Amino acid sequence: MTNTVLEQAGPSRSGLFTVAAMQKAVAFVVLIALIAYFGVAAPNFLTQLNIVGILQATAVNGVLGVACTFVIISGGIDLSVGTLMTFAAVMCGVFLTNWGLPMIFGVVAALVSGALCGAVSGIIIAKLRVPPFIATLGMMLLLKGLALVIAQDKPIYFNDTPNFSVISNDSLVSYFLPSFEVPNGVLILFLVAIAASIVLNKTLLGRYIFALGSNEEAARLSGVNVDFWKIVTYALGGMICGVAGLIIASRLNSAQPALGQGYELEAIAATVIGGTSLSGGRGTMLGTIIGAFIMSVLTNGLRIMGVAQEWQIVVTGVIIIAAVYVDMRLRQRT
Amino acid sequence: MDSAGHDIAATAPTGGWLVEMRAIEKHFPGVHALRGARFDLRAGEVHALMGENGAGKSTLMKVLTGVNQPDSGQILVEGRPVTVPGPRAAQELGVSIIHQELHLMSHLTAAQNIFIGREPRRMFGWFTDDVKANADAAALFQRMKIDIDPRGEVGHMTVARQQLVEIAKALSFNSKVLIMDEPTSALNDTEVAHLFAIIEDLKAHGVGIVYITHKMDEVKRIADRVTVMRDGETIDTLPAAGTPISQIISLMVGRDLADASRAEGKGGGEEALRVVGLNRGSAIRDVSFSLRRGEILGFAGLMGAGRTEVARAIFGADPIDSGEIYIHGRKQKIAAPSDAVRYGLAYLSEDRKRYGLVTPMSVGDNVTMASWPRFTSASMFMRDGALRKTAGEYVSLLKVKTPSVDQETRLLSGGNQQKIVIAKWLLRDCDILFFDEPTRGIDVGAKAEIYKLLQGLADQGKAIVVISSELPEVLRLSHRIVVMCEGRITGELDGRTATQESIMTLATLRPAAEPIEAQ
Repeated sequence: MTNTVLEQAGPSRSGLFTVAAMQKAVAFVVLIALIAYFGVAAPNFLTQLNIVGILQATAVNGVLGVACTFVIISGGIDLSVGTLMTFAAVMCGVFLTNWGLPMIFGVVAALVSGALCGAVSGIIIAKLRVPPFIATLGMMLLLKGLALVIAQDKPIYFNDTPNFSVISNDSLVSYFLPSFEVPNGVLILFLVAIAASIVLNKTLLGRYIFALGSNEEAARLSGVNVDFWKIVTYALGGMICGVAGLIIASRLNSAQPALGQGYELEAIAATVIGGTSLSGGRGTMLGTIIGAFIMSVLTNGLRIMGVAQEWQIVVTGVIIIAAVYVDMRLRQRT
Repeated sequence: MDSAGHDIAATAPTGGWLVEMRAIEKHFPGVHALRGARFDLRAGEVHALMGENGAGKSTLMKVLTGVNQPDSGQILVEGRPVTVPGPRAAQELGVSIIHQELHLMSHLTAAQNIFIGREPRRMFGWFTDDVKANADAAALFQRMKIDIDPRGEVGHMTVARQQLVEIAKALSFNSKVLIMDEPTSALNDTEVAHLFAIIEDLKAHGVGIVYITHKMDEVKRIADRVTVMRDGETIDTLPAAGTPISQIISLMVGRDLADASRAEGKGGGEEALRVVGLNRGSAIRDVSFSLRRGEILGFAGLMGAGRTEVARAIFGADPIDSGEIYIHGRKQKIAAPSDAVRYGLAYLSEDRKRYGLVTPMSVGDNVTMASWPRFTSASMFMRDGALRKTAGEYVSLLKVKTPSVDQETRLLSGGNQQKIVIAKWLLRDCDILFFDEPTRGIDVGAKAEIYKLLQGLADQGKAIVVISSELPEVLRLSHRIVVMCEGRITGELDGRTATQESIMTLATLRPAAEPIEAQ
């Protein structure tokens, strides 16, 4: 009788994996197609100067996208990543410029303040049960205001810390590969993405992030301390925003307190284009990085071709909707 | 139709059949839900539909209301063969259903709820005509002789009044057939009496009413005929007046399995769990019991009796108002499931996909989920090799049929998914296990395997609670049986001597009605 238990003859390679692979492939194909199109249509597109420009432009959004990806896979959302980035940059400025401490203190200040702010969001969400959208919306405004208060409404310049620009602008890679001027900000993006990918796929935290996003209640009933891991997830996201804060402050040689709002939507867009499900439980870091590059290639290419900035924004909106639509259709097929 | 001969036919106002359902077949994946079921209804009668949980009552009514499509069979409405492709079509045929869980939009008014989707319009259809909607609703309420403000927000009304709004909505479709699923489950005695008066009035207007219930006293009070279903089949249709309650119960439970195999073994070492005076709102009232090692304790009762609530409360999944829990003789405080797991408790939910498994994740991840920290190195990396090896051992120990531990859990059958949940808790070294409907959605062959597994666990000294709505299952597995009704324990039976009838009697033993404050 036991033979009547009919097994679906599923492939040993899981269907989810296939879909994730297809999604990544779709995003990747789109990216290649965009590069090829602009390469032919816009003569200045494939110059080294422009490529470096694209890479630079992707660094911040890509790192913020990585932060968003953790949170979104865990079934949450973080609208505060943009202003959190700015807040971390301002804290870095306070330590380096206002207090005159050595550079390492500024780096630690940015990372720790980012992690603390993320942890606060996590506590509000996990313990006070405020929905993530609301909690991080509030956090977004709160941090924007705090950054302005702390910086007294004006940029904090890093003129006293000459090495600070090394973080983003110098090119460590070019010491080894002389003709390959990849700015450090981009190097940091890739390092963050690789580390994040390892955390997501190989560590206990990563496993819990997927479990929370797929079925929080089942995880809770398995004895998992759901609240704790949620807080850790938001704190990790916050710390990564601190990294983005360092990159942008270094590139601008200043902490600009008025900057930041709007970055969160670009980061979420990169995450979604990269195939991470807004309902949680599914996503990859590679996808997010590809998503971030699609957005900056699009912006850059359209600008070079002389398309008005207003239309660039319109096209970006269309791409986001199309990406999510394709994603949903691919998922339905399994 | 064998029931056509009953003399009730002569008393029905129109005499003809309002609804006839013949030889309805319905399969769900792994379940044969309806096996040639039949049902009929006359105008102006109340026809009670009874049966144990899972007997097929709801599925049959879902077929009639277009929610589910039958595999085969015939439906006639007023003698005409019809198909019911969707709920909308059912409405057009004059068939309405009032669910046990009311389907109203709590922030809208009574009138808005009644006319949702077909609001009266004015000004070329650009604006809703609230005046007309309110007047029409008021007219409906007047016809039902009830006093409800059409402009009142439904969310502010008592459940009884919300139900009346649902009935008014059904009547506004000029429904000839009204299906009521356990309409009195949330009502007090006064409200029940009022509802029955309205039902009598509807009868007098020629409306046919299908009345799904578990409560014998209500059948006696309100029904003209009773149809009993069991295992997807229609067992019999009888006049309500002349049929003793005991006969209805024995039709519901059937006799074929009553004397099947029983729990063996002594079933009892030292005490593993004792619960004293557990209370939680009206869901759990003063529940006390104890459980010994090596024992399977059955929890029987009808749906909504509070058995799942008791298990969840003990497990820390829901907060409790009061009560003490002793584990291996020591009083413990369980505030969250993570506490319960630490004390060796495990809860295997009836809804595996929602509460037991993370279905998009692999078999290996699910088997090890409650023990992940054990498969983590000091640097927080998952030791996936060890994880997959251990998961593989449990997969073969419990004979889970899966191509590999990397298989996505959602692709397995119900029985194999259940084994994965069991494996998860065995790996976590839990020794007090709550099984909530352990074989729901599992086919017969896999059921026997799960039974063997549970008995084997008890023999190893685990303490086991089995919550089940299937009486043969409770009788087969349990050394002792606790029966609940409406949040209370109404009796305890010895597993060797209990019968389906004795359980059913306790399960329908309503505690004396208590005053529920009027609105």
